[in-house]
Amino acid sequence: MDRGILLRTSLFITCYNDTLFPGTGKAVVRVLERLGHTVEFPRGQTCCGQMHYNTGYQAEAAPLLERFVTQFQDAEAVVIPSSSCVAMMRDHYPKMAARMGKPDLVTGVERLLPRVFEFSEFLTKRLGLEDVGAYYPRRVTYHASCHGLRNLSLGDGPMRLLKAVRGIELVELAGLAECCGFGGTFAVKNADVSGAMLAEKTAAVLDTKAEVCTACDNSCLMHIQGALHRQKTGVKTLHLAEILAGEEGAGS
Amino acid sequence: MSGTALDPKTAPAFPIAARAAMKDSQLQRNVHHATQVIQTKRARVVAEMADWQELREAGEHIRRHTMEHLDFYLQEFEVNCARAGGIVHWATDAEEARQIVVGLVKASGSDEVIKIKSMTTEEIALNQALESEDIHPFETDLAELIIQLGRDQPSHIVVPALHKNRKQIKEIFQREMHLADLGDRPEDLADAARSFLREKFLHVRTGVSGANFLIAETGGVCVVESEGNGRMCLTLPETLITIAGIDKILPRFEDLEVMLQLLPRSATGERMNPYNSVWTGVHAGDGPQTFHVVLLDNGRTGILADWESRQTLHCIRCAACQNACPVYRQTGGHAYGSVYAGPIGAILTPQLQEMHYAQSLPYASSLCGACYEVCPVKINIPEVLIHLRQKVVEQNAAQVSSSFDIEALGMKAMAVTFRNERRFRAAQRMGRAAAKLLPRKDGWITWLPGMLGGWTQMRDLEEMPQETFRDWWQKREKDDR
Repeated sequence: MDRGILLRTSLFITCYNDTLFPGTGKAVVRVLERLGHTVEFPRGQTCCGQMHYNTGYQAEAAPLLERFVTQFQDAEAVVIPSSSCVAMMRDHYPKMAARMGKPDLVTGVERLLPRVFEFSEFLTKRLGLEDVGAYYPRRVTYHASCHGLRNLSLGDGPMRLLKAVRGIELVELAGLAECCGFGGTFAVKNADVSGAMLAEKTAAVLDTKAEVCTACDNSCLMHIQGALHRQKTGVKTLHLAEILAGEEGAGS
Repeated sequence: MSGTALDPKTAPAFPIAARAAMKDSQLQRNVHHATQVIQTKRARVVAEMADWQELREAGEHIRRHTMEHLDFYLQEFEVNCARAGGIVHWATDAEEARQIVVGLVKASGSDEVIKIKSMTTEEIALNQALESEDIHPFETDLAELIIQLGRDQPSHIVVPALHKNRKQIKEIFQREMHLADLGDRPEDLADAARSFLREKFLHVRTGVSGANFLIAETGGVCVVESEGNGRMCLTLPETLITIAGIDKILPRFEDLEVMLQLLPRSATGERMNPYNSVWTGVHAGDGPQTFHVVLLDNGRTGILADWESRQTLHCIRCAACQNACPVYRQTGGHAYGSVYAGPIGAILTPQLQEMHYAQSLPYASSLCGACYEVCPVKINIPEVLIHLRQKVVEQNAAQVSSSFDIEALGMKAMAVTFRNERRFRAAQRMGRAAAKLLPRKDGWITWLPGMLGGWTQMRDLEEMPQETFRDWWQKREKDDR
């Protein structure tokens, strides 16, 4: 691990974090800059195409793949605070590019993907870090999003990062491998089943007596938070980056 | 749901059937409990295999190789089976298969058959076809017997009566076997079934089976089971008729070494099946003297022709994906409107219907990947689900009414928006303005229109922040300058 190396990172914020969770992006910037890395934000970035692709609109997703490659091809490391978007790229971009019949794009994807990291993965695997100097004095539980767990094999990386946070009281969530029921358009197309899966997840979260439920993906968290708020539980959800951005005296 | 055969052509869309199924809290408890028990057993026996991942890879390799050369191996099976004294029939679809089997049973001179559990016979609704010709089929697998006596339908590939608990089974047996004093201990129920079935085993002269594997190299057929009823059906009758999908082929006898490690551990959490039967043709003075194999296509060559979903045919029907699936665990099997439920059913059923029916099934998944993780032959079910969703979208687009399809319009509009940064920013601003019109409470949206209303059925949505990340970034850059 080249722990000492300082990198020029490029942030791909993702469309929904940009619009709905700007705080997560600010936290990523805070953590990376605190560690001494520079952060760039390519202006033309929009969306990775996951929602379109997973719902069956693959023709609509294709130009977004091209756009991503164009925007980030020169990046030293692309950091993305969304495990499902990274999974979209790793699992589907190579064959999408091949299907589009553009050899340059296939090569572009091949060259770029090894430099694309989910946020926690960037810290633990690329930088080999566990302690990022964070302080967060709350009772916290961690939800392992399916894409992070299965597609990206994040393993215990996020938990190791959390364990190194000063002041944190970390509680394990029962049924860690269970889906929260979000699944993108699944949550509206199969609202009843999704809701029943969600009810099991929120019950597990409440059992931990945690004040905050965290994850590497705001889409799962938006889903879980939606029910925790509806149930008036007072439990908050917060992206991992926002916990790792916490600092003593910052009134987190 | 009970009584009516599961037919994808007439079944309601999955979200509707699921909603109805989830109202049955007893069913939900039964399904939760049973899948939990099987999953725990599976996890234990899989964990003790140091080479499990290598075994899965070997299984995947065997299945892929077989499908790539299926024409060759099917013919090899036919030749070798015939050489050993078996008679091979080919059925293009369910109707042809039913006709062949009914004809063979009639020719055997029997008006009764004893059956080994077979999903393929469920797929072609064989029992109904036999009954309409006054031939009485007796299911001999305990779970299938429960289904048959309860005029129910299978809800799981390996444990078809998984949705019933002991008390419910006792009530069915009491009523159908006229055993007023029957208890509900497992041994009471097994004893009742044993006495009921023993008499059928001894006098019915024709047996019907499915197959777990067809071995091309030898022309042999393999059936694995736990109760011994299969062994009875395979040895006692004079005539044996096996119905198998063309996907059940294995090239070599030694491929069983891999498959018979993967299948029992994945299916029932057993290290080995209690009964593993392999038979090849007929043998004078030993077992059935007439042996037929009906090879069924019924949509399978269509799946084979689509290289992106061909892996669907790799399935060895272990049902591990059903047990692992959080959607199946909520709804049980009947909601899928097909004898093939759960994740494998969600990809297999619409394809067997050539995508003319069951188009809601590819969407009956959160794409969590639990199915792929447990699949013993590594079928990437989420990948196939997404591929089939694309087919559904293309199908809808080809229809005239597609210009009124809100989802398609929305998706297209969003895709155009994402192709340009300025358009995206404008859409973010418009979204924020539009969201202000929605009913809110303390900064949370509690109602959404149209199909988005599914979200606010159980969840609130936090108001959109006043500033997007990119607005913040732009300001920060300006301040730095």
